[in-house]
Amino acid sequence: MTDNKQRNRSLIRGALSLAATAALYETVARSGFFPAVLLPTIPTVAQTLFATIADGSMIEHAAFTLYRVLFGFALAIVVGLPLGILMARFQRVESFFLPLISALMPIPSFALVPLFMLWFGIGNLTTILIVFYAATFPMVFNTWSGVRSVNPLWLRAAGAMGADENSLFWKVIIPGASPFIITGMRQAFLRSWIAVVGAEMIAASDWGLGWVIFDAKEFLNADIMLAALIVIGGIGFAFERLVFGSIERATVQRWGMSRVAKG
Amino acid sequence: MRTILPMMQDAVTIAVTGAPERPESTGSDRLRPIARNVFPFVVVGLIWEIVAWAGVFPHRLFPPLEEVALTFVRLTISGVLLHHTVETVLRLLSGFALAAVFGVTIGVLMGRSRRAEDILLPLVSIFAPIPGLAYAPLFLLWFGLGNVSAILLVGFVSSFAIIFNSWTGVKAVKEIWVRSAQSMGADDRRLFSHVILPGALPYILTGLRLGLAQAWRILVAVEMLAAVPWGLGWLIFGARKFLNTDVMLAGIVVIAIIGLALEKLVFQKIENYTVVRWGMITS
Repeated sequence: MTDNKQRNRSLIRGALSLAATAALYETVARSGFFPAVLLPTIPTVAQTLFATIADGSMIEHAAFTLYRVLFGFALAIVVGLPLGILMARFQRVESFFLPLISALMPIPSFALVPLFMLWFGIGNLTTILIVFYAATFPMVFNTWSGVRSVNPLWLRAAGAMGADENSLFWKVIIPGASPFIITGMRQAFLRSWIAVVGAEMIAASDWGLGWVIFDAKEFLNADIMLAALIVIGGIGFAFERLVFGSIERATVQRWGMSRVAKG
Repeated sequence: MRTILPMMQDAVTIAVTGAPERPESTGSDRLRPIARNVFPFVVVGLIWEIVAWAGVFPHRLFPPLEEVALTFVRLTISGVLLHHTVETVLRLLSGFALAAVFGVTIGVLMGRSRRAEDILLPLVSIFAPIPGLAYAPLFLLWFGLGNVSAILLVGFVSSFAIIFNSWTGVKAVKEIWVRSAQSMGADDRRLFSHVILPGALPYILTGLRLGLAQAWRILVAVEMLAAVPWGLGWLIFGARKFLNTDVMLAGIVVIAIIGLALEKLVFQKIENYTVVRWGMITS
């Protein structure tokens, strides 16, 4: 009862706070204190957002960005997942790759954008490779620690019950490491989403949400900028909540392992 | 946690491969880990050299390592590299200081007061998921090119991780500690400084660590976009125009070293001095 009331009050306060912020922004924007091009009113931004979606340009930009992100992300999984597993299971692989990874990891992906631009030109390839670079490390690291932290008791139990290498791997190690692997995917996607926006800005190609924002700056189109910002936030949020949330529910939570992921 | 891990890993390797790998203790025992760490770099370096000398790519775009090393030494001696590095680190520290002050304050406030939480949480959760660099053009438009935008953006972007973690940390302080302190007659101020702050500190430190990592990542990109006259990001970006791949690679090496140093020297030390010494986590 009181819990419900408390939640209602929280909701009302939250809504009030959002409304107050919007109202404050609107007043500042309308006061003419700042030039209107720099601080467009909320209706203008909404109008721009709908107009660009209606004429398809925003959707095309979003499609390009998504294509780059998903391509790079898929590459990162294809490379990162096996590498992480190999590193965890073979000492030799681990001692070769771990120093390299620790040396490369602290380099921000954006620092490589100019270099990749020189090597691979401007366009899809550079952006995809930057996304790949950004997403691979969380993938490798989480897979590695996931496989390593599989409860040794399970391995021995399965071994004692006569599981061979193959079934040990597929039935024990992979499910046991899956909370970490899914966390790794989640982190990797977050990283790729950040990296793609930056890469599109710096290695300005012709399409993509990052490029829209950057290009709008040249023409002082703050409304387009804010509209693209909303789209970027929306897509990122949707992926985080809907895609990864449902993957987690379908696998880790159903297997009753989410406590392992947290601890 | 970290002390258990090697043992567990041993058990895993034994169980999985059936062959315990136990290095015999010989005289060269101390040199072996160093050699093992250096070996991968030698291999990669050799491959790089072969590709560079084979002429698969134009020499300008793929310079051999000794050229990069030479450029590195040349830039270091002339002081150019140092100037770029100092500017970048100053920018990083001022942006991060902003984020730390505001982030911890807002986070602790949100953790302590229900009202502050209700008001601030929706705002924070709307602005946090947008990639930080997406704000860059907006900041450039509002605050102009240069240092102000760069520092504000770095502060803004890195504060979210700090806010979230301080907030969680304060909420994770055990109710029983608070109550026992209160029953022993602690007033609000002492409760805060003696119970809540130390209790939330592991989380706050994690937040600061994440925030600093984020600040570092975003700063390099911002320096490319904000047209600041000095800075490592700018050094790399500017070198592209003249096809100075060696300068670029030298800059990237410095960036990697700073990133590594921030993690290993700054945060592990702070952790050892505070939370580990208080016995809140074992290293």
